[in-house]
Amino acid sequence: MARKITYQQAINEALSQEMTRDPSVIVMGEDNHGGEGSPGEQDAWGGVLGVTKGLYHKFPGRVIDTPISESAFIGAAIGAATNGLRPVAELMFVDFMGVCFDQIFNQAAKFRYMFGGKAETPVVIRTMYGAGFRAAAQHSQCLYSLFTHIPGLKVVMPATPYDAKGMLIQAIRDNDPVIFCEHKMLYTLEGEVPEESYTVPFGEANVVREGDDVTVVTLGRMVHFSDQAAQAMQKKGVHVEVIDLRTTSPLDEATILESVARTGRLVVVDESNPRCSIAGDIAGIVAQKAFGDLKAPIEQVTAPHAPVPFSGALEDLYIPSVASIEGAISRVVEYRK
Amino acid sequence: MATELTKERLLEAYRTMRTIREFEDRIHADFSTGEIPGFVHLYAGEEASATGIIMHLSKADYIASTHRGHGHCIAKGVDVMSMMAEIWGKVTGTCRGKGGSMHIADLEQGMMGANGIVGGGGPLICGAALAMKMRKTDNVAICFFGDGASNQGTIFEAMNLATVWNLPVIFVAENNGYAEATSSSYSVACDNIADRASAFGMPGVIVDGFDFFAVHEAAGEAIARARKGGGPTLLEVKLSRYYGHFEGDQQKYRAPNEVANIKAAKDCLTSFAKRVTASGQLSQSDLARIDSEVGALIDESVRRAKSDPQPTAEDLLTDVYVSY
Repeated sequence: MARKITYQQAINEALSQEMTRDPSVIVMGEDNHGGEGSPGEQDAWGGVLGVTKGLYHKFPGRVIDTPISESAFIGAAIGAATNGLRPVAELMFVDFMGVCFDQIFNQAAKFRYMFGGKAETPVVIRTMYGAGFRAAAQHSQCLYSLFTHIPGLKVVMPATPYDAKGMLIQAIRDNDPVIFCEHKMLYTLEGEVPEESYTVPFGEANVVREGDDVTVVTLGRMVHFSDQAAQAMQKKGVHVEVIDLRTTSPLDEATILESVARTGRLVVVDESNPRCSIAGDIAGIVAQKAFGDLKAPIEQVTAPHAPVPFSGALEDLYIPSVASIEGAISRVVEYRK
Repeated sequence: MATELTKERLLEAYRTMRTIREFEDRIHADFSTGEIPGFVHLYAGEEASATGIIMHLSKADYIASTHRGHGHCIAKGVDVMSMMAEIWGKVTGTCRGKGGSMHIADLEQGMMGANGIVGGGGPLICGAALAMKMRKTDNVAICFFGDGASNQGTIFEAMNLATVWNLPVIFVAENNGYAEATSSSYSVACDNIADRASAFGMPGVIVDGFDFFAVHEAAGEAIARARKGGGPTLLEVKLSRYYGHFEGDQQKYRAPNEVANIKAAKDCLTSFAKRVTASGQLSQSDLARIDSEVGALIDESVRRAKSDPQPTAEDLLTDVYVSY
């Protein structure tokens, strides 16, 4: 498995392979190819950051540019999914959920249950999240916890190119609505990715690094920060287990609880704001179900309760750092009653 | 024109309208006894719209409905027994008791769902229509919405998208004059909802919603155009609802005798009956027979709904997902 490609290429490859396999898979979104109705080049953009580039010419008629009307085209993707297509709609930045959330949480998420099990809505909504791009408050949020809160949605958070490909293929084949969250700072990350098609199942966390002293539960870009912190702590003789949740819904509680049972110490690292967050959720579950295993209070490393700032000087302070994760790990290790 | 409809089709239209009226009247009566739970929005008075439009459709054509959706469901062929059971919250209901009045859906009948969100169906119907277009069928998709939803951004976005993609969609604005308790003469900024059609590059048509034949004809033209790839139409059906926004609404915002006057002057069932009997196309006994059969059907649906079992704890957590 020697071939290395980027996270962005892995997503493109997953789309391409699934569109080849299944003619009912279509791609739609703002400038997913770019240039529709214009006199110049078609597929001029291939998505705002080029993730869907090349699909337009490979799959004529199946990569559809939309007006900037998120309610209309996210809703249309959902409606098409109830009528035989498997659309992959792109909500360019997750921050734009605010202009189309009704279609996602009141419509797509509810159909199956509300209609007595008689509907399937196999739609994937790909969306870009996360800070670090100097994109400021309305283009940098995480917001995955808002989707995770909603029964009926599956929420997928690939941290590596391998998972990006395998989990997107899984998402497209899944018969439930899936929110597929792509961290914009990971697009250029390279990793080993098989050329053939494969799936990564949902609800199975990835133990990125094994260790018996402290459990770090994390997701998305923070997996890499946490792993760096764990490497640094290793040099100090602290063996950290790093768990990448991979999906926040469904959630692999078993892997978390099994690890905490061994380590007795938990740090949760989550790039989003702290209130009603994945970090708080995991801490709550462990406090309730593994209270007897804990040797120290649970630490949460998150962004502060503030919007994402523009200035690089501020944004770097805003995003949880490797040093702040190391600090939290040290505190739980050194804790004495 | 009435002459274009065979006797069989006229009987079918009358049966559908009568079934809707009887269904709604019965729910109105049963709601007042406190036996029916939740929010219920009745379609009585508007029967000519659902019937005149949906008679042009097949199972493979889709409709998206509203919170006032019983009439659309019945006209689209959703089973009346299961609808009544659903409204009573029973496990035998269309949605196994998990949807209720505002969420009756039956995709096998091309019924994408009543919708508790005002304007929620516009985007969804565009998707259904996109799938039809991509499969190169001549199916059409109808988005029913009210004068309240006509002011929602989702409807504006959906109308724009439908024209941009040249989708086989008919947007049907059922303007009953009131969004909840607020008059459309206040809330809609232009004289007619149909006037907005030109802003979205589609024809706008106004039709008298008390007149089944007018609705049937106007819808027929729009649907035929959509089936041939001619794109969307905005059809404004001007009509009135007899009952309140929801059951329990005393309608104090309406003029004294407003509903009674409309019923006396324009009721769609009365005018239909008058027209088809005067022309000799149907006889009084034809209509009386349908009235009696529909009455028996609704009696039976209520009888079953009352005695059918409730969902149990085992049903609480099923069907949140297709796969877990």
